[in-house]
Amino acid sequence: MSAQHDARPAPVGGSLFNAATLVCGVLMAVAATIIVVRLFFGLSSTTNVNDGYSWGIWVVVDVFIGSALACGGFCMALLVYIFNKGRYHPLVRPALLGSLFGYTLAGAAITFDLGRWWNFWHIFWPGYFNVNSVMFEVAACITLYIIVMWIEFSPVFLEKLGLHDARRKLEKVLFFFIALGVVLPMMHQASLGTMLVVMGSQVHPLWQTPIQPLLYLLSAIMLGYGVILFESCVAASAYRRQIELSLLNPMAKVMLGIIAVFLVVRFADVAVRGALPEAFRANHVALTFWVENACLLATFLLIGTVEARRNPARLFLAGITVMLGGILLRLNGFLIAFDTGPGWRYFPSVPELLVTIGIFAAEIFGYIYITRRFPVLPREEAYAQPARS
Amino acid sequence: MANSSLLQLEGDSRIAAASERLGMRRREFLQFCATVAASLGLPPGADAAVAEAVASKKRPSVIWLHFQECTGCTESMLRAEHPTLEKLILDVISLDYHETLFAAAGHQAEQARKTAMAANKGGYVLVVEGAIPTRDGGIYCKVGGQTAIELTKECAADAAAVIAIGSCASWGGMPATDPNPTGASGVAAVLGKPVVTIPGCPPNPYNFLSTVVHFLAFGNLPPVDDLGRPKFAYSRLIHESCERRAHFDAGRFAVEFGDEGHRKGYCLYKLGCKGPETYANCPTILFGDAGAGTWPVGCGCPCFGCSEQGVGFTKPLHMLAKVKNVEPPQQYPRIVEEKGMGATLGSAAILAAVAGAAAGGAAMVARNLGLSHKAEEAERVKAASSKTEA
Repeated sequence: MSAQHDARPAPVGGSLFNAATLVCGVLMAVAATIIVVRLFFGLSSTTNVNDGYSWGIWVVVDVFIGSALACGGFCMALLVYIFNKGRYHPLVRPALLGSLFGYTLAGAAITFDLGRWWNFWHIFWPGYFNVNSVMFEVAACITLYIIVMWIEFSPVFLEKLGLHDARRKLEKVLFFFIALGVVLPMMHQASLGTMLVVMGSQVHPLWQTPIQPLLYLLSAIMLGYGVILFESCVAASAYRRQIELSLLNPMAKVMLGIIAVFLVVRFADVAVRGALPEAFRANHVALTFWVENACLLATFLLIGTVEARRNPARLFLAGITVMLGGILLRLNGFLIAFDTGPGWRYFPSVPELLVTIGIFAAEIFGYIYITRRFPVLPREEAYAQPARS
Repeated sequence: MANSSLLQLEGDSRIAAASERLGMRRREFLQFCATVAASLGLPPGADAAVAEAVASKKRPSVIWLHFQECTGCTESMLRAEHPTLEKLILDVISLDYHETLFAAAGHQAEQARKTAMAANKGGYVLVVEGAIPTRDGGIYCKVGGQTAIELTKECAADAAAVIAIGSCASWGGMPATDPNPTGASGVAAVLGKPVVTIPGCPPNPYNFLSTVVHFLAFGNLPPVDDLGRPKFAYSRLIHESCERRAHFDAGRFAVEFGDEGHRKGYCLYKLGCKGPETYANCPTILFGDAGAGTWPVGCGCPCFGCSEQGVGFTKPLHMLAKVKNVEPPQQYPRIVEEKGMGATLGSAAILAAVAGAAAGGAAMVARNLGLSHKAEEAERVKAASSKTEA
């Protein structure tokens, strides 16, 4: 960790009991209750998944989208440590925090979506490894990454607990975990795209492509930056703090570059495969395809200029459009444009929705708790006068 | 045995003579020989060898002992559904001693046995029907003053082959059911050496006949498993060839006698059918040669495992069988899978509420950020203008 004395993180402080945490707590309790029912009485007692749609929102939203939205941490690490842009360092910890919760809860969510969840340990047991399986790659990779992320994030806890000696020792080897923390998500985010490839013709031609892993990887990176924009703006608004505009502005530009690359690859692929006519049919699939890409294109309209990027409201909305674009890419591929044969239908049930909502509530609650009690967000005074110091 | 084609035997005078002797038409006789060869699982051409052997070989002398039993094995031989089968049995073998079928009685009968044994020393076949009591010196079954143990040992000493017919002779069968007061045992246990066993209560007469014909045609007994059972008849579970197997695999079971599944001919496993742990060829050649389609499972009666030691006469009738090949799962997939449902009012409402809350929250945050940005910009402009003014 390079020295960033001007912006050492600090706890935000303040009460943990407020309207936001109360609402989150209620939603988490509801979700926990439903999960208990599910674990004892089976998937059919709580979800609408069926043989045609064996992956409902617990997989597609909680894991595929949840983990993609949790890519902020690895995207910042990529920028700061790989491309050596040290000035972005203050953004690393908050981004990593979001990733930590996103991934940990995605990992937990997959456990109770397993039909026979008591066998979940099989995937970690060498005798059961199926090394030819995409699913194995994703499961092993995500698990490793969750562990790596907790190690990456542990200096925060060590700082808080005053274990400076342990922290110094950890930081000597931290570079190794940081490198792993960049490689692992790139591996499994691409593999999540491979899962779409192996679904074969059930996936609509607009989303069924052998380069889906590349698209998923690119979209995960752009989503990572989009989430950081969103998260920084919300944190600033909610905690009434300064926005790190001087950092978000150039970072948003990096994001735009990646979105541009993504869109070029996306449309070139659709055109080369001859699937473009599918996008001009009068059906909901074509509509959702255009909504997905319109979201990404809207980002350019929102923050295309340096001047526009200085407006936090526009940065915030751009964060949302990028997130929507990435979310729709996954939702479309796995659910909306997923056709498993005549007669099969899927729409999440109420308990299913409540669990997913509860998981996102848990992420928000965790974010509030950690940022208020642990040194994650940049110290306000130190950051407020960076030009003068 | 040069002949390997049944067709070439059509005009053979020996075949004609044999069929006349049996009161069969020549064609029926050849069909019978082919059936025996097929049920033995012999390669093509063996049917001709069987026909030749039956037609021309000297019939082996057979001594048939009865001990603790019901004579059901003999009954099933004599009352076989095929009208000529009993004739065939009696023609294929020379039954020199059989307590049920003998016209002679008393010492005369015993004398016949002794004569046959002496005349065919080392060449006769000993068939034992019924269990042998061993407790208290075997006093619970005596014939002509000799215990069953003594008779068995005496007759087996000079026999070319020993065949235990029926479950009682094979391993004790029904008389050996707990508490087994007479210490009933099988022939192999009494002789202390393996014998050919044809278990069943009763066994299909074809299994016995085929074994004897094999001995006649090839001079030795057919290959047997470690319990002495001929492999051609006992190498497969009843479950493997059962006509109701498809119902088992699909999870369709009769659960009570007379219920809908039972009337529809579903699998009897849940009624206690022991087919999954009993080795016998009942589903392929049916039970006891009692007629078309008639074997216990075919009639809706669970197999009780009569031919299997430790199952028949031991396990309660309605106890679940221990499936020896594939255990059925606790649950089966539904035959018609639910295909899912669309949005309900509740789920759509929740999704809409979340979307609305998110959109509203986002709008509020964007407005606040925009307002503060505007204020900052205005302040900046003001500061800049005041600077220029100054």
